[in-house]
Amino acid sequence: MSKMKGAEVLLEVKNLKTYFFSRRGVLRAVDDVSMSINRGEFIGVVGESGCGKSTLAFSIIRLILPPGKIVNGQVIFNGRDILKLPEEEMRKIRGKDVGMIFQDPMTSLDPLEKIGDQIVETIMEHEKMDKKEAWEKAAKLLESVGLTGDRVNYYPHQLSGGQRQRIMIAMAISLNPQLLIADEPTTALDVVVQEKIMDLLDDLRKEGRAIMLITHDFSLAVDRADRIAVMYAGWLVEFGNAEKLVEEPLHPYSDGLIQSVPDIWIDREIKPMPGFPPDLTNPPSGCRFQPRCPKAMGICKEKEPPTLEVDGRTVKCWLYK
Amino acid sequence: MSSLKAYIITRALLVLPTVIILLTLVFFILRILPGDPIAAMVGQKVPPEVLEKMREEAGLNKPILVQYISYLYDIFRGDFGRSMIWGKRPVINEIADRFPATLELTIFAFTISVLLGILTGSIAAFRRGSKLDASMRVYSIVAYTLFIPWFGMLLQMLFGVYMHIFPIGGRIAPGMEPERITGLYVLDSILTFNGEALSSALLHLFLPSLTLGVVLSGAYTRIVRNNLIEVLHQDFITAYRARGIRRSRIAYHAMKNAFIPVITLMGLQFAILLAGAVLTETTFSWPGMGTFLLERIQYRDYTSVQGAIVFYALFVAVISLIVDIIYALLDPRIRY
Repeated sequence: MSKMKGAEVLLEVKNLKTYFFSRRGVLRAVDDVSMSINRGEFIGVVGESGCGKSTLAFSIIRLILPPGKIVNGQVIFNGRDILKLPEEEMRKIRGKDVGMIFQDPMTSLDPLEKIGDQIVETIMEHEKMDKKEAWEKAAKLLESVGLTGDRVNYYPHQLSGGQRQRIMIAMAISLNPQLLIADEPTTALDVVVQEKIMDLLDDLRKEGRAIMLITHDFSLAVDRADRIAVMYAGWLVEFGNAEKLVEEPLHPYSDGLIQSVPDIWIDREIKPMPGFPPDLTNPPSGCRFQPRCPKAMGICKEKEPPTLEVDGRTVKCWLYK
Repeated sequence: MSSLKAYIITRALLVLPTVIILLTLVFFILRILPGDPIAAMVGQKVPPEVLEKMREEAGLNKPILVQYISYLYDIFRGDFGRSMIWGKRPVINEIADRFPATLELTIFAFTISVLLGILTGSIAAFRRGSKLDASMRVYSIVAYTLFIPWFGMLLQMLFGVYMHIFPIGGRIAPGMEPERITGLYVLDSILTFNGEALSSALLHLFLPSLTLGVVLSGAYTRIVRNNLIEVLHQDFITAYRARGIRRSRIAYHAMKNAFIPVITLMGLQFAILLAGAVLTETTFSWPGMGTFLLERIQYRDYTSVQGAIVFYALFVAVISLIVDIIYALLDPRIRY
């Protein structure tokens, strides 16, 4: 687990399409996304709200609820296409091999159960262990995320948002999963707590876990991620080395996102991007970013851009054809 | 938990004004009704001077305010007075005779209504949008609007008259009454190992408690369905799923969360349950508080009716207090 192997692929997403079938039409929340995560790698998935980041995460652990449906693609985890597994097999992967942390720690814990009971239930669902041992493990887990072990006897409402998010993390890592998906884990928290939670995620990565951080905040991903995936309107528009991507973004959308991040140290003008992500039941013709793109050309309106390999990164844009 | 104690005391004190207001209303409404217990009992054939003498003996000739105050005084000493008709038995004894029958009926009806409500409501919620959901919702509305005597008679016709499976009235077959310990026939026959009495009591209980149970279950179906749907959409359910917790356990947690507002409804329903019991009892000639109350209202037996109402009020107050305590114990967020 803790050995960092060069670039052994842990998870590979191939041509994933997750659509929502509503009365208004088909919403293409994740449309033909291909990406990968190596063992022990920290991946940042960025993009504005409603660009399909969370849908991507939920597709990976197959928790898409109707009217949503994974219509195409493969999710290869540890060499197996988990989209083909029976539900019962998939359930055993959730929590055990893939841990997940959610956006709002205030609502992600069962209000009626003690913290300890919730952790113990998770552990005992996947591992044979007697109850006393599981409770001891729960206390140790809480200590490993910077809380005191006696918090097992607390109810969620007795704890702060930051503490609850630590508990969510403790639960997510209770079975030592190889991949941890964090869906906007700090959005609901204040800045100081946010930094601490991010440091905690960093530590977990150092122990050899792969982390997939989903965030709309580019600056959070930049500091820690090895690679960054930029999503726009259900498309993966750019994916590659984090440093390179920030210094020299290939896709105009990546560039726009970076320009709109405020930086308190450098006196730089913030350039907010004009416009909003499109309605995904009725996306613009050609490239979905074209109505907002400062570099749009004639072809952009007519044909969907190809996904190209440029400078070791993938980018979905006509500029590089 | 000492704050819980304080809460209980406050709640108990609040019962007092409730009972006084209720009592006052009943006291005056009864006296506004034409007729009085003496006339109702002896009829018109008695000479007026004899009637007058009987009224004097019963204290009915005194000014109404004097009667009111002396009645209040007696009640607060725990004295429910004596019945004004026939044997002039103490009202408390009359209640002691009748109440176990009502309690037995309400316990069974309550259990049936909650179980039916939870069953139908959770089926609807877990199968939301399906035909099953639609039928449960129709059931909820139909059950809720059923008129107890009509529905009771329908069941009597079907199971009693045509199919001869269940008796259509009474608490137990004549002469089968078990030795009295609590007055609850089912419990008493279990305690005295009287199998025949037990089966007879249960057979007699079935139709009335089913009638009342079905009618009251409609409200539960609705609230269980709505709560469960709401809970199933909450983040912590997704979080449970994401941790690979099995479906049955998630359903358990969802039901537990959805159940909290149901408990509130139980407290409210209890008063309705007692009102429904009056109708059910008259439909099934059930010798409980409902038939007692109805009979004594007809005879203008002031003290008996007042006594029964005070008793009902206290009973409802105690039940709702118990419900609140259960609520506090189940939901850690509420610790008064």
